[in-house]
Amino acid sequence: MTSSTLPNEALVNYIFPNTHIDWSLMIVIYPYITGLVAGAFVVSALYHVFNVKTFERISRFALIAAFCFGLFAGVPLLLHLGQPQRAFNIFLTPNTTSAMSIFGYVYASYMLLLTVELWLTYREYIIQRAKETKGIPGVIWNVLTLGVRTYTPEAARVDHKVTVFLAAIGIPWAFLLHGYVGFIFGSVKANAWWATPLQPIVFLVSAIVSGMAMLLLMYTFIRWRARKAYDLDMIKTMTIYLWCIFLLAFTLETLEVVYAAYEQGHHWTVIGPLLAGPLFDSFVIGQVLTLSVLPILILGYAALSNVWGKPLLYLVNIGAFLLVLQVLFMRFNVVVGGQMLSKSDRGFAEFHLEVLGREGLIMAIIVFAAPFVTYYIISRIIPIFDDQPVRG
Amino acid sequence: MSTMTTSRRSFLRALVAVAGSAAVAYRPSALASLVGGKGSMDTTDADYVFVVDIDRCIGCGKCVQACSVENHVPAGHFRTWVERYVRTAEGTWIDSPDGAINSFPPLAEDVTAAAKETTFVPKLCNQCDNAPCVQVCPVGATFKAPGGFVLIDPEHCMGCSYCIQACPFGVRFLNPATHMADKCDWCYHRVSNGLQPACATVCPTGARAFGDRNKPEGTVAEALEEDRWRILKPGMHAHNRVLYRRLPREVI
Ligand code: SF4
Ligand code: SF4
Repeated sequence: MTSSTLPNEALVNYIFPNTHIDWSLMIVIYPYITGLVAGAFVVSALYHVFNVKTFERISRFALIAAFCFGLFAGVPLLLHLGQPQRAFNIFLTPNTTSAMSIFGYVYASYMLLLTVELWLTYREYIIQRAKETKGIPGVIWNVLTLGVRTYTPEAARVDHKVTVFLAAIGIPWAFLLHGYVGFIFGSVKANAWWATPLQPIVFLVSAIVSGMAMLLLMYTFIRWRARKAYDLDMIKTMTIYLWCIFLLAFTLETLEVVYAAYEQGHHWTVIGPLLAGPLFDSFVIGQVLTLSVLPILILGYAALSNVWGKPLLYLVNIGAFLLVLQVLFMRFNVVVGGQMLSKSDRGFAEFHLEVLGREGLIMAIIVFAAPFVTYYIISRIIPIFDDQPVRG
Repeated sequence: MSTMTTSRRSFLRALVAVAGSAAVAYRPSALASLVGGKGSMDTTDADYVFVVDIDRCIGCGKCVQACSVENHVPAGHFRTWVERYVRTAEGTWIDSPDGAINSFPPLAEDVTAAAKETTFVPKLCNQCDNAPCVQVCPVGATFKAPGGFVLIDPEHCMGCSYCIQACPFGVRFLNPATHMADKCDWCYHRVSNGLQPACATVCPTGARAFGDRNKPEGTVAEALEEDRWRILKPGMHAHNRVLYRRLPREVI
């Protein structure tokens, strides 16, 4: 590292002796997974609440995907904690001045909401299976009915109303769940790369991007595996949404940096050298030039032109794949990048990727794979798409 | 050289002996009972400050050694450390090898040649009155105790590291042995037993002074009377209790 890339006229890279990257991969994938929850939920809610008819066909799929990601959103945190057996204390003895203390309540209530909505959506099916199935599976189906074994048109009407209501309050709740994550970072005044009031919004909007992009990828994959027709109308609509929301996300992310640069204040004395130095590859080249500019062009073309059929599918999936990576890079660049800034303001800490171990790469991959495995299992038990009935 | 090693060793031995009784009291579970506990000095009415006199620090690192022994600080982590600032026309050259636990090696010739001024700066927890670490702890494990101390409750810390991120001064670390947050507590266990913090006790030049703002003595009284001390990163508005005398402007 040359001194020209060091902040505040430092001649040598000086970091405070306690500078370590304490929040590593687990804290990178934690906001990533919660982001997928929020994003997928928004898609299902767009149908329920805002009546985006084309999303009706995938609203159940989006809901189940959100649920699967949600189940594992807390796991990286548990793996990260030094004393995980005390995690429950966040419910019992929350310190109300801490933004982090609301996590337990927000997360638990959100998962409850998701579960209830999912149950209502599948109630008719559950009752039907409870009547048809014998043995232990029959018992399980019966328990899932919660004792109500009839399904009247009146009940269906009430269920629908409640579902719409849950979806409606679910949107601000999902926003809270994820905006909160951004707040955790944005409110740390000690860290120049984190401390911006835009952070919650940046996290939230990029969360919706990642959720939508991931749904598109999953959808295409599932349909391809099942050799079923693709719903191109839906794909096109989703592409337009995704493209617009990503433009917003990218604008906000860029604004943060442009603002700090133009302001020429204290923050820029460390952020400038950070972006020119240790984050150059993963932020400038990776997150911005490759993973933002390319999908804007690709998805922009897919959204605005008349491209249809296979070419549309390819373009959308390449774009969505790049965006899924973009958001992952963004989380990494925020979480790890911020910690590279030593509080000495005169040097940068190095990040060493741990492979084995509780917070290592392999564990991160396992945690990240878990929602997909769960989705697969659920898809064998309940029908997610109308044309793919399951009878196991 | 050998005399120095010997004296350091005997010094350390003496230190361990002095610290012995206090160290016994310093079992984590004993900590809670120490807060205003029986048989301990009453810290409730005190208003402690810590004065660091930059002009007196010679960078010997005795304070870092004493702290390490007193508080069982794991290698590679520091409750206190000393920095060496060398100001040159081109910029600032800083180091703190191993937190200066073994003092400092001589400067390279080119650095010495370019140096306008060299300063040693001890660092420790500022026991802030508006402490970000206290604010952010999700379970209240980090808390403000009477007398001004910011303490960590080993029965409640869940090792989330949020406080480490929030401290603007980089004084906190995740203790690899306890998997909990750790930091300087001005030797709370010693102070509440009527002793001075270990670092202040061993400093050969009196660069570290600890005392009660209500009954100031010695360097603390001087510093308060002179009223020209500065704190680190005032822009953070943490209301630090470590007051620096003659702090050079390049120190962060
Ligand atoms: S110096 Fe850091 S750890 Fe100490 S009280 Fe202030 S914010 Fe907390
Ligand atoms: S690491 Fe411990 S003391 Fe620090 S914020 Fe987390 S629970 Fe509180």
